[in-house]
Amino acid sequence: MKTGTYYLVRKAGSGDDMGFSPHLAERRFGYGRSPSIAPPENIAGMLGRLRGKDLMAERFPVPGFRQLQDGHVVKARFDAFARKKATTPEQAAEAREKSDEIEQRFRHQQLETFAQQQLRRIHSKDNFRERLVDFWSDHFTAQGKSGLLKLAIPAYVEEAVRPHVSGRFVDMLSACITHPVMLEYLDQSTSVGPNSKRGRRKGNRRGLNENLARELLELHTLGVGAAYSQTDVRQMAELLTGLTRTRDYSFVFRKGWAEPGAETVLGKTYSDQPGMQPIRNALSDLAMHPSTARHLAGKLAVHFISDTPTERTIGRLTRTYLDSDGDLMAVYEALLNDPAAWDSPPTNIRPPLEYMSTALRALAVPPDRFAALTPKETLRWFLRPLKIMGQDWDRVSGPDGWPETDAAWVTPQGVAARLDWAMNVPARLLDDLPDPQQMLQDIVGPDATDALKFAASAAETQAVGVGLILISPALQRR
Amino acid sequence: MKDGLSRRQLLVRAGVIGCSVAASPLITPMSFAQAPWDRRLVVIILRGGMDGLDVVRPVGDPAYAPLRPGLRTEGAQDLDGYFALHPALAGLMPLWSKGELGFVHAVSTPYRDKRSHFDGQDLLEAGTVDLGQGARDGWLNRLLQEVPGVERDTAYAIGTTPLPVLDGSAPVAKWAPEANLKISPQTMRLAERVMEEDPALHAALAEAALLAENGRDGKGGRAHRQIASYAAGRLRQDARIAAFSLGGWDTHRAQDRVLPRSLATLQEAILTLRDGLGADVWGKTAILAMTEFGRTARENGAGGTDHGTGGLAILAGGAVRGGRVNGDWPGLAESALYQRRDLMPTRDVRAVAAWVMRGITGVNRDVLENKVFPGLHMGSDPGLLA
Repeated sequence: MKTGTYYLVRKAGSGDDMGFSPHLAERRFGYGRSPSIAPPENIAGMLGRLRGKDLMAERFPVPGFRQLQDGHVVKARFDAFARKKATTPEQAAEAREKSDEIEQRFRHQQLETFAQQQLRRIHSKDNFRERLVDFWSDHFTAQGKSGLLKLAIPAYVEEAVRPHVSGRFVDMLSACITHPVMLEYLDQSTSVGPNSKRGRRKGNRRGLNENLARELLELHTLGVGAAYSQTDVRQMAELLTGLTRTRDYSFVFRKGWAEPGAETVLGKTYSDQPGMQPIRNALSDLAMHPSTARHLAGKLAVHFISDTPTERTIGRLTRTYLDSDGDLMAVYEALLNDPAAWDSPPTNIRPPLEYMSTALRALAVPPDRFAALTPKETLRWFLRPLKIMGQDWDRVSGPDGWPETDAAWVTPQGVAARLDWAMNVPARLLDDLPDPQQMLQDIVGPDATDALKFAASAAETQAVGVGLILISPALQRR
Repeated sequence: MKDGLSRRQLLVRAGVIGCSVAASPLITPMSFAQAPWDRRLVVIILRGGMDGLDVVRPVGDPAYAPLRPGLRTEGAQDLDGYFALHPALAGLMPLWSKGELGFVHAVSTPYRDKRSHFDGQDLLEAGTVDLGQGARDGWLNRLLQEVPGVERDTAYAIGTTPLPVLDGSAPVAKWAPEANLKISPQTMRLAERVMEEDPALHAALAEAALLAENGRDGKGGRAHRQIASYAAGRLRQDARIAAFSLGGWDTHRAQDRVLPRSLATLQEAILTLRDGLGADVWGKTAILAMTEFGRTARENGAGGTDHGTGGLAILAGGAVRGGRVNGDWPGLAESALYQRRDLMPTRDVRAVAAWVMRGITGVNRDVLENKVFPGLHMGSDPGLLA
């Protein structure tokens, strides 16, 4: 990769920030440049915006989980009526139609949510926040498994992840682990202590489910390589019993499901009083475990710097995390002040959704254009291409989230789909495409190679010129 | 590109995209190595829980008719005097007569009771006993991990739907015929130039150009036809395994209208594969279609069926010993049903897949039982392949 260009730009940055470059700040920590938004001037500015209000969440709101719960309840009533209570086939058909309408309405709302997500990324001056939301929602991957809850990822992210990205890790951990979407996704909602009141009930068929406990240790906190045993998983699973949901997917702690007795996880014993307190204590301890610090530090470094970060960077972030009591702002500050953040070549490939956002930001697609999209257009121009690129929107394939390695995304199918998209969709989306030469200046700036300059000027049409800029490594990698 | 083209000609054509070709894993000399075996395996994942009881109907079971008063559409094809085939698959009857179509009834994964598509499919593709065991790869990939000489184009995951069954550390080619690179040669050259500084992107683009070129055999058509015809094209060459999935099997209501559409798709995919493979390769091919679970034995109030347990595996191809409905038929008497509602699974569908893989690849039984499907007991050889 060509990296020399950054050294030139860096000199223009603030003197206090060793190596900082406004251009690279947008490229590496955001969704790339916008023609209409000035990049951050320095690291303090980036952190200041992140500490400030979440302006994009206010400007482009996303419906909360409660709406889906309500929809689910009403839809379930119509379904049950159609199945059991309808006295005539016409009545049943009418009830089913109403149930379908509800589902349809939520599906459309889901597509609007996609637009809101993109608009936040296109119009934000605080794109580091948007990237962090993306990072942490992948870390805490959860999705509904059936019915309307399949549409619950945006609501889950909005409520459990987003408010905590600039706070303390333990708060995000706690919000995610107790959210009904997570409880459902990792089967916690059916986990019953074998010796609990519910477990000892006659004819009981339910037992302990280790799924959430295992992923909590393996994915969310300690990391798969850390020193924990099957006994720790089992004890954690027993400790978590009681965390479940009501019929309409509200969080509830059921004492009668909680395994009696104290549990010992990683050598520490938690109170035998059934309730939230022992669980909260365990989550706090897990959050501040040195393995967790290292796991999170490594993931952040891989995500924002390179697939193979140095030990120095990981060590620095780990120490900051532990010294600051898991304060994420302190960790981000250390990340942005790490020389590797500005020295490393931009080799990380953007995953498909991020790539698309980068392109849309470069095109500065206005809010009213998104508002005018039909559901069919949203599917055809965005969600279907994303699927071909390998990232089916809000259908992540496992609890470990989307792959982080570049090799997972640089596939023939993925690259072909990006090329197809970049050549065809922008022209359908915008009446006036930007002039490729102007775009080279505004968006690619110091990253424009001779080959790209030549190609953009040799393109047969403006759409092809724009498409070539959009598929350049300068926009695909960060 | 016609199948008749030699690899040399293919390379010459690929020369359009210049030096990047050398970096493409698909066309390095490595990929011309001898394939590890000669038979072909196609795995089709039927997403949504196919109602095996409607597809291969146990009309000879006295309990069948009363359970399904509304789902006994006319025109079912008699198979063996006891089972009858859904009329929407009548186009496959010639295969049945030739012994190139068979079924295994009352099979399932170890997944029980929760009946979630999501978990059911995860488990089907992981091939493990339960979820949350840490296995993040699929059984077809684990098979490839155990075979020497596997190349990137030995196995293909085709289509836009993720196929966890082929996920894992063994190299696998992935392609969706929908990603068809509809751009002019001039634009392609410019794109190639723009990516030249980035070897990985450049190589992927070069490979994409080849794959897309190869895929034009498909001549358009609906996705499943494109996929099947693309798979056939690859299997005629170096590929030995192809996997893809077909959706549309979740038939909670109006099953008499919904199921025939999905069956027509499956039938077309099988026939497209047969035509695309040609007699010789078809003779060496086994297609295995499987689904995450069966459906309730009893028809529900909406003319459909709900999520159940025991289901059906479908086998087709010249390498198959067909013309039989395999499996231990448990019967549909209420006491014989699983939880008095579903067809009782009498055999692990993973054993069916294991025996097919054994026949196709010759891989040892202990590898299949310990590595590919950890903890599986394959049982006696059901003789599924010819």
